[in-house]
Formats: sequence, C-alpha cells, structure tokens
Amino acid sequence: MTVTFWLPVAILLSSFVPGVVIFLLPEEQSGARTALNLIGAVIKVVLVIGMIWGITEGRIYEARIPLLPDIDLVLHASRLPVLFISLSAVLWLLTTIYAVGYLEGSPHRSRFFGFFSLCVSATTGVAMAGNLLSFLVFYEILTLVTWPLVIHRGTEEAHQAGRVYLAYTLTGGALLMVGITWLHALVGPVDFVERGALAGIGPDYHGQLKVIFALLIAGLGVKAALVPLHGWLPHAMVAPAPVSALLHAVAVVKAGAFGIVRVMYDVFGIEFATTLGVHRPLALVASITIIYGSIQALAQDDLKRRLAFSTVSQISYIILGVATLGRLATIGGVVHLVHQALMKITLFFCAGILLETLGIHRVSEMNGVGRRMPLTMIAFSLAALGMIGLPPMAGFISKWYLGLGGLDAGDPWVLAVLLVSTILNAAYFLPILHAAWFRPANSPWPEARRGEFETRLYLLLPPLITALLFILAGLFAAAPVSPTAWCHVIADAEYGQ
Amino acid sequence: MSLSTLYAMTGVALFSLGFHALLVQRHLLRKVLALNVLGSATFLLLVGMARRGGDTPDPVPHAMVLTGIVVAVSATALALSLARRLKAAQGLVRLPEDMPE
Amino acid sequence: MDRPLNWAVLSVVLPLFGAVAAFLARARAGQRIGLLISLAVVLCSCGLALQLLEYGADRYGIGGWSAPLGIGLVADGLSAVMLFMTAVVGALTGLHATRYFAPRLSHDSAQAASQAHRRRYFWPLWLFMWAALNALYLSADLFNLYVTLELLGLSAVPLVALAGGPSLAAAMRYLLVSMLGSLAWLFGVALLYSAHGVLDLDRLSGILAPGPAVWAAIALMTGGMLLKTAVFPLHFWLPPAHASAPAPVSALLSAVVVKATFYLVVRLWAQVFPAALSFAAGQLLGYLGAAAILWGSVQALRQDRIKLLLAYSTVAQLGYLFLVFSLAMAPEAAADAWRAAVLFAVAHAFGKAALFLASGNLLLALGHDRIDGLHGVSARLPITMFAFGLAGVNLMGLPPSGSFIAKWWMLIAALRGGRWELVLVLVLGSLLAAAYVLRVLGPALMGPARGPRIAVPALMEWTALALALLSVLAGITVSTSLRLLEVGNPFSPAPGVPQ
Repeated sequence: MTVTFWLPVAILLSSFVPGVVIFLLPEEQSGARTALNLIGAVIKVVLVIGMIWGITEGRIYEARIPLLPDIDLVLHASRLPVLFISLSAVLWLLTTIYAVGYLEGSPHRSRFFGFFSLCVSATTGVAMAGNLLSFLVFYEILTLVTWPLVIHRGTEEAHQAGRVYLAYTLTGGALLMVGITWLHALVGPVDFVERGALAGIGPDYHGQLKVIFALLIAGLGVKAALVPLHGWLPHAMVAPAPVSALLHAVAVVKAGAFGIVRVMYDVFGIEFATTLGVHRPLALVASITIIYGSIQALAQDDLKRRLAFSTVSQISYIILGVATLGRLATIGGVVHLVHQALMKITLFFCAGILLETLGIHRVSEMNGVGRRMPLTMIAFSLAALGMIGLPPMAGFISKWYLGLGGLDAGDPWVLAVLLVSTILNAAYFLPILHAAWFRPANSPWPEARRGEFETRLYLLLPPLITALLFILAGLFAAAPVSPTAWCHVIADAEYGQ
Repeated sequence: MSLSTLYAMTGVALFSLGFHALLVQRHLLRKVLALNVLGSATFLLLVGMARRGGDTPDPVPHAMVLTGIVVAVSATALALSLARRLKAAQGLVRLPEDMPE
Repeated sequence: MDRPLNWAVLSVVLPLFGAVAAFLARARAGQRIGLLISLAVVLCSCGLALQLLEYGADRYGIGGWSAPLGIGLVADGLSAVMLFMTAVVGALTGLHATRYFAPRLSHDSAQAASQAHRRRYFWPLWLFMWAALNALYLSADLFNLYVTLELLGLSAVPLVALAGGPSLAAAMRYLLVSMLGSLAWLFGVALLYSAHGVLDLDRLSGILAPGPAVWAAIALMTGGMLLKTAVFPLHFWLPPAHASAPAPVSALLSAVVVKATFYLVVRLWAQVFPAALSFAAGQLLGYLGAAAILWGSVQALRQDRIKLLLAYSTVAQLGYLFLVFSLAMAPEAAADAWRAAVLFAVAHAFGKAALFLASGNLLLALGHDRIDGLHGVSARLPITMFAFGLAGVNLMGLPPSGSFIAKWWMLIAALRGGRWELVLVLVLGSLLAAAYVLRVLGPALMGPARGPRIAVPALMEWTALALALLSVLAGITVSTSLRLLEVGNPFSPAPGVPQ
C-alpha cells in the first residue's frame, strides 16, 4: 500500500472521521466540536495541496477497494477530480468557520456539524469516484446526508422543502441508477477514462446509448437544477445560510454538474457524444436553463430566492460549456465550476450576514445597507459584478472562453445566449447594488455590538477571503497556477492533445 | 386400481376436505379439527405407499408418520390451549376477522 | 475429512439444551443461560463459516446414521450465511430483550405479573426457535425439514402470544396458517417420496423427473412456503402477528423467521426442482413478488402505527425476494439472481430487526407507537432515530446498504432480460419505501420534543444501531460474504456436496 493509495482515502476520511466523532459529542461541547471541525478541514486542505503537488509531478492517485466481483470501489484523483476536491476542501474550511459563527447558540449543533462533515465527505467521494458505480454510491449518500441539513430548522416550511428536495433527488437518483445499470448490462463495468470509454461501441447499440445518455443526464440534471428539474432548489432556500452556501457552491448542485462533466468527457467522450448527436439537445436545455433561471431571478424579492434562481442559471454555463465541442468551450465550462463556486458562496455568505445581523430577507429591505455594512457589501458587490461578467473578474474569464468556444464550434448562438444572460444578470444584480449603495436606509439600522466589526468576525472573514480568491482567479487567469491554466491541461487531455 | 392408489386417492380427497373445512369453518375448534383431518390425510398417503415394491413394507414412511403424529398432537395441544386463552381473555371462539359484522 | 470441531451440530444442539435449561431455571438464571448460549451460537456460526471457507461444504450423519433413516445435516455456503445472519440478529435482539422485558416500575400488579411472565418464557421459546431455525438451514432431507418447520411454528406462535391482548388472536391465526403451510409441505413430501422413494435433497435433485405427482408436490410445497413467507396475496396473517408481538419478537419474526421459509424455497428451486420447473412458474412467483412490493408499500404508507407500517414494509420487502424468481429462470442470470436474493434477505434481516427494536424503544419512551405522536422525538432518542434512519436507507435500497447492491444486481439482470416491467417495479418500490420511511423520520426530526421524558436503557438504543450499521455494512463487505456463499456451489442444480 503506497501513498498513491492512501492519499485519496485520507482525504475522504479527513472529513468523515470528524463527522462521526461529532455525532457522539454532547451538545454542550462546542469547543471540542469546533476544534475537530477545523482540524479536519485544515488537514484536508493540507492533504489536497500535497495531492496537487503530486499531480503536477505526474503522479496518479488511485485507491481500489473490491466491492463486487467485477467492479471495484475506485477513488481516482487526476486533474479534473482534483479541481473539484481542492474547491470543496477550501470552501469547507471557510464554510465551517462561517457556520460556527452563524449557528452560535442554536440547538442541534452536533447533528448539524456531523451531517455537514458527511456532506463534504460525500462530495469528495463524488469528485474522486473512478467509475460509475462509485460515483452513484457517493452521489446517493450526498442526497441523504444533505436532507437533515435542509430540514435543520425543524419548521413545517423546512420539512416541506425537505420533502420536495427528496422527491426530486431520489427520483433523479433512481433514473441515474437505471441508466448506469443499463450501461453495465450493455457493455459491462465502465471506468472513467479521459476521452471516454464507449467510443468503440458499434452502431447497433447507438439507439440504446442515446436513451442511456438521456437517463444519466436526467438523473444528474435534477441536482444540477436543469430546467424543468430545478423545482427543488428554490424550496431548499429555507436551510440555514451556511448550508445554502455549500449546497450552491460545491455540494449538491455542483455534484450534479460535475457528474454531467464526467458523463460527457469520461464515459461517452465528447467526440463520441457528437457522433451520437446528443450534445446539441443538452446544449439547448442548458441554454434554456440559463435564460429561464435569469428571468425568474428578476422576479424574486426574497434575496436568497433570487440567488437560488441565479444558481439555476449559472450552473448551466458549465453544462453549456461541456456540451459544446472544442477545447475553449471545455475550458470555459470546467473553469466555471470553480469561478461560480467562489462567487456564489460569497453571495450566500453575505446574504446570511445580512439576515443574521440586520434581519434582512428581501431585496426591498436592502436600501442603504452599504453604509452600515461596507465590507460585507463590498464583497457582495464584487461577486455580483463577477457574476455579470465584468472584466477582469472571474466570471468574465468563464464567459470569454465559453463565447470563443461557441464561435470555434460553429455555434454562434452560444454567444447570443451569453449576451442575453449577461444583460439579465445585470438586470437582477445591479438594482441590488444601487439600492445598497445609493439609496437612503428605510429606517435606522441597529448598532453593531461593542468590540465587533460590522458583524462577527467569524461571519465576516469567509466572504472576504472568497472574494479575494475569485478576484485573484480572474486577475491572474493567465498565471500557471490559476484554475484557468489547470483547466487548459484538462481540456488538452480530453481532446487528446 | 391398486390398493395403494386407492389409499392415495383417499388421502387426496381427505386433504381437500380438510382444506375446505379450514377455510369455511369459523369456530376455532372446527378449524383445529380441520387441520387434524389434513394431517391424517397426509399420514394415510404415506402409510398407503409404504406397501409398494414387494413384501417388506418400506420402513421410512412409518417413521415419518410416527414423527408426524407426535408433531400433530403437540400442535393440536398448543392450538387448543391458545383457543382457551383467547376465550378466557376476550370471550372469543372465532377470530376477530371472522366475526359477523 | 477431518475437522477439528463439528460447529454445525453444536449450533443446533446448544440452543436446544439451552431452551430446556432456561425453561427449568428461574427467570434470572434463564436469561443468563440465554445470553451464554447466544454467545456460543455466534461463535459456532463464525467457526462454521471459517471452517467452510477452509475445507469446503460438508455433510454429517447425526449419531453415525446416514440417509435414509438417519438425520443428515449438510453445511454449505448458503446454510452458513443463513446461520450467521440468524446468530447476529438473534444475539443482538436477545441483548435488547434483556432490557425490554426487564421489570418496570408499575403500580398495576397485573401488568407487573404479565411482564414477569414474558421475561420468564421469552428465553426458552426463543432458544427453541433458534434450534429449529439452525436445524432448518442444515437439514439435508425433506422430512427433517418438515419437522424443523413445525418446531419453528410451534415456538414462534407462543412468542407472539407473549404480548397478550390483541396478540392472542393474531397468534391463533398465525398458528393455523403455519400448520396449514407445514402440512401442505408434508403432503408434497409424501407425493415426492411416492414418486421417487428418496428424501435426501441431493439424491432427489439427481433423479427428479417431471410428472403430475412431482408438479403437484412442487405446487403444494411451494404454496405452503409462500403462505408461511407471507407472499402477496397470502400475507394477510403477517401484519397483525408481527405488529402485535413484543418488539424483540417482531424483530426476530420479520428479520429471520420469514427468511427461513424463503430459504427453503430458494434451496428447492435452485438446487432440487430445476429439472421439473417451467419458465412460467418462475414468472408467476416473480409477479406475485412485484405485486407484493407495490401493495405492501402502499399499505405501509397508509398505516398510522409504526409497527404496522414496518410489518407492511416486510410484506413489500419480501416481494423483492420473490421477484428474483422470475429473473432466476433465465439460466445465465440464475446465479446472480440468487445471490442478489440472499444478500437482500440478509441486509433486510439486519435492517428490519433494527427498525423493530427501534420501534420498541419508541414505544417504551412514548408509551405508544402512533406516527402522529412522534413530534421531536429524535431530540430524546437520537441514537434510536439514527438507527431508524440508517436502516431506512437499507429499505430504500440506497448505497452503501446491502439492498442497494442486491437491487443493482436485480436491475442488471432485469435489463439484460429486457424485463421493463420489473425495472419499473424495482424503482417504484425504492421510492415508495423512501416515502414511508420519511413518514416516520420527518415528524421525529421536527421541532422540540413534547410530553414527559422516560429514559430508555442505552443497551436498547445501541443494539438497534448496531443492527442498522450491519445492514449498511452488508453492502460494503459483499465481496467477502460472496466467498462464503459460494462454498459448495449452492446455486447449481447438480449436486455439489460430497456424498
């Protein structure tokens, strides 16, 4: 057993073990709980840094554990999984800090942080899964361990949201399972390999493969909130802010999007998908989702609901990117996995701060809030501008590659979709910024408590850090260590260059 | 028709009779009796076919019937005692599902 | 073959003697004997498993007598798996029962007396039942199987009646059904014996020739076992019996006892009867299973008491075990399908036992098991509710539980055979299971707890959790359990056991 075996396992365990121990801790021991959480999160970040270094050295990390006679449970870390793992590791650390501050003094914290850690473990598993069965295992575990987080508040509304969430995701999971077992029944076990594992399949099976592709995408599309499968996401907003932040940035929604990336590139292979002709319908659904999500966001007064519909729209950039043939579109789509996460988590962090500190739920209550909470609103504004795609922010980089990719693939309508979406993004974000900075407050704000900044430091620090991260990711997109550069290498591998 | 076939046919007929009674009769005592008829039908079949194949009867069916009778007696005892407790505790001589509405 | 210890015989003899000893002893000593025997039987089943892995399948004649007059035992992978499943469920449920039947503070002397009565008779009856179960898994001939079936019924019925009250009528119905099933079996055995003059399973499998008598025998024996396994539409007796029995007894009945008769059907259909079976017969069982899944799940959704919900869930889950029969009729899929069924049975045994034990804890803490009165109970009994959730994951067939892997195999077999209707039932069954599990979990996680706090002994909570964890582990360790299951090749019609 070597380090290439143990490192992926250790990364998985670094959040799983604290999660299990936290369940056993009594409710009062918040100090021990926080320490465990942070130690686990820091260990995970350190391990992931080690892994990134190893991969740049050309190492491949893989752990195979026998599960069935013909299929192993595979944890495999190459460039694409590591992109997702590092994202989840960093954001878990920050979200944990945020959640410690956010939930201070509220009940059932052992349960919350236990499932929170399990949620991250499952996401890490989704990222590293090396074949479809392993992916399904972690994907379904993710569904289950997120449910207690969605219903955490224990109100009737939360439970209603939980039921909707499970109805959608479990049905999606069932479709996914049928798709995967069908593929197994047809061609045997399928490992994820760059450029796809199915390219050699004869034309006799193409009809069935198309149906399987549709099943897989439908199953994953529920979590990735593809229209019309997105209905659960706005409901899930009743969850506490740290949960929404994690849900929208790395955990559930991203797991669906990442699954679609995997199916497209590492199961079917983009070229084979083009042969089958399944990429265009997917691109079409993604485009519809982008536009529809933005239009819906316009109509929402509830801040978190507006952000939720914005997620619906933004996640489909990733899918549009992977469904468009060509290196540049791939880079745009995959890098948006990171960029969207950093920007969206900042927005949710800030929304949580506004709710927690000033009791603000609605956009219409945000008049003049910029002066009361300047740091929070600066982070919020930067993230919003990034989402709109203002150069040289991270969102601009994604859109730039996506647009070029569309032109490159001979699909100029991609550019049109991006343009319309950008206008809509501006239409639902700019009024918020205008209200926050330029309008007078509706009524005087409550004063900040003595010895605090505009809010508790635990809450304030994470969005400032994530804001810094996405600004750096945008400014230094050309640097060799940036996510964009990393995605260049991934795209090269997927196109065999 | 050979003698063992006759036994076999009688066994089958008795078995059907017992089964019918078990379904139709509602009084618990009758149900227990029906089960005993079912058991006897089976024993009849077993003993009847022990004769086949020559002069010395096959001992295996006899062993089976002996064991079967022991089991049937214990089962009947349990059924009767349970029926008595049901009567004592709830005044029932029929199963609640079989009670007239 | 020279083996150091005869684990198989011990695993039958020990609980039998234990039952007698516990019956003669006082309640306290009886409980000690019971726990000691439980431990010993767990060790026996582990010993047997290790021995089989090392030496392969084995056959014993008790007292040196061999077939046809002696009592022959055969231990192969399938028997060992069933034995192990029973031992684990039995031992943990026994631990739970020591607290469940413990004397409680009560001002009502009648109640105290009936609790003492339960405490007194649980162990002898359960050990007796355990001996019957183990003998059933190991018996090598059809008539011994009849005897074990009757012993099983005769010990299970009084266990149900221990609860008193409405359980008496349920026990009575259970007894009638059980005896009818056994007698149908015996009549079938008589027909088979008259046709072939053989009782031994292996010999019979070698010479079985299709014919009216054999078909009638197959129909009677299978029908009797279907009745005892409560396969839709013969399930009517199960919900009242399993729901009204004391919680540990419900756990044993739903987890193990119905699986014993299922085991017999698998044993016969996979090993003995194939020469005389038609494709249509398998389809019939498969469609009954499918109907059971849907009917049982819908009924579970409509119950307002947890134990009834769980009992209907058992009806539904047993459906999966029979759905497999229609997949197993395709020769190339047979081995996979049987494996799936056995894994499913084992995972369900652990999971359902956990659920019934958890329901017992809820009953103790709340004084009732109504679903509408569960509000916030997870704050009081977090471990119990966690166990409930975990075992619920197994019911839903989600990873990493044992039933996920089993459903994975079932789906692949169904898809290979183009059996779309079964794919649909498999998917729907999982979703319906999720719905009825959430009916319990949802309210339990809602808001703060209400009502007075009654402490539940920690042992009762942890035994439930241990079983729930095992149902999940059954999926992760499946490659190990398969190695044991394959010993002696139980799923091939050709005799695979040394004569």
